[in-house]
Amino acid sequence: MVLLTRKIEFSASHRYNNPALSAEENQRIFGKCNNPHGHGHNYTLEVTVAGEPDPVTGMVVDLADLKKLLEQEVMRRMDHRHLNFEVPELAGQIPTCENVARVIWNLLEPKIPQGRLHRVRLYESPDLFADCYRNGVGRNGGAS
Amino acid sequence: MTATLGIGAVGELKIELGRRYRFAASHRLHSAQMSDAENARIYGKCNNACGHGHNYTVEISVSGDVDPATGMIANLADLDSFVQREVIEPFDHRSLNEEVDAFRAAVPTTENLCVEIYRRLRAFPLAKLERVRVEETSNNSFEYPGDGPVSGSDGAQ
Repeated sequence: MVLLTRKIEFSASHRYNNPALSAEENQRIFGKCNNPHGHGHNYTLEVTVAGEPDPVTGMVVDLADLKKLLEQEVMRRMDHRHLNFEVPELAGQIPTCENVARVIWNLLEPKIPQGRLHRVRLYESPDLFADCYRNGVGRNGGAS
Repeated sequence: MTATLGIGAVGELKIELGRRYRFAASHRLHSAQMSDAENARIYGKCNNACGHGHNYTVEISVSGDVDPATGMIANLADLDSFVQREVIEPFDHRSLNEEVDAFRAAVPTTENLCVEIYRRLRAFPLAKLERVRVEETSNNSFEYPGDGPVSGSDGAQ
């Protein structure tokens, strides 16, 4: 099995606020991320697909197809958007790195054209990221 | 809200939070169990008597249920303050050989450093520590997923 990773970058704004909590609670839990007008990040997304290289093309997945899928599912939905208001898949959720990574996983997994989705890694900044993968499938690919 | 993510059953979606920290420290690779000549042969420049230093980057991953109320596996402020207290404060701008008890006996290679950092951080009460990865330089990195023996007790010494 071979892993292939494609990286894209998008920029988006968000705010952490749970309407079920008081203003004070929100401020205590989310700190600066609770600022009423929101803030933004340059996100980096790494999408890893696992599979056997096709004997004819030598590819795990055609990168052009993967690129198109990422454009359609992630860039169009999230790039230069406000994650709280403009991404229906995130409605009712706090748009943390964990939740955005999971939404991206759910958008991509059924549509991977060849091979299977192995890992989604979403960087909110170079020092903060979330990984999403299927439990029981070792993070290096094999069953664990 | 989507359902809370469980961990355990095969095939379930698993989410980990990754975070990077930095500290600078000095060390010297020298084993009391070898002769000076052997130390010099094995460790080369890293055996120089007065030591040297690195800018270390520590990357940790933690897993757990994503709390639907916060969208978080663990609050970053809690994780950061724990790592600050257990690793950054005791290691930053220190001599690993002279100022960290674990390296009075063990050689402070970055392999051993990974295990020591894992030992200190596995006590984090709000999420499960999955692994520790340390970059000694931008070219050398080491990773410990906690699957081997970790001596000593949890928490800071």
